[in-house]
Amino acid sequence: MNIKVLYFARIKEAVNYSTEDIDLPSDITTVTALKNYLSLRGDNWANLFNGKQVVRAAINHALVDDLAAIKTGDEVAFFPPVTGG
Amino acid sequence: MSVKIQIEDFDLGLELSKLRLASPSIGAVVSFVGQVRDVNDGDTINTLTLEHYPIMTEKALVAIESEAKTRWNIIDSLIIHRVGTLQPCDQIVLVAVSGAHRGEAFHACEFIMDYLKTSAPFWKKEATEHGERWVEAKLSDDAAKTRWLNQLK
Repeated sequence: MNIKVLYFARIKEAVNYSTEDIDLPSDITTVTALKNYLSLRGDNWANLFNGKQVVRAAINHALVDDLAAIKTGDEVAFFPPVTGG
Repeated sequence: MSVKIQIEDFDLGLELSKLRLASPSIGAVVSFVGQVRDVNDGDTINTLTLEHYPIMTEKALVAIESEAKTRWNIIDSLIIHRVGTLQPCDQIVLVAVSGAHRGEAFHACEFIMDYLKTSAPFWKKEATEHGERWVEAKLSDDAAKTRWLNQLK
């Protein structure tokens, strides 16, 4: 399953990626599963995605919770709590 | 209802005049302007850089304006939010609401600002005398949003 993943703010800096295309294993179908999958990439990824930090997610530009389903072609974004205004 | 995300500054007087003069049924315009402060958490701020998530930002702000319009009897609203690198005394954000009467316009303006703070994907990074740091989200902002959730119009 091919998806696009975007990273913003401190998360972008920590993983040193702003965007990437990922071909996910077929058993990765939720935001939680994707976070766990990414956390296996190394220490800086594990620190972000092991659940100890608040990392918000959006699918196709809408905020979602970690139980949300991911399908092929989705744009998934990870970012810290927002601080605009 | 309109939403603008832009690097450049905006003319506050001009924007409010356009909103005010759009209809003779408007009796009130309420606005909020956010400005870059020169001190945060005890440190001098040299610059403030705003990052955002294009497309999602616009969608989130339009949704907030729509929600305000369903909750209150307002005529129009405008959100301008700047991105990029700003300096103390620069304008960051404008929220302006027009309506027949002030009460609904006041509520709608505050509502839009509270939701923008917690729902629109912007992130601030400060350059201080000690280096750069990301601004942390505040619990008080979540509380400001939450109080609207249980409140019927």
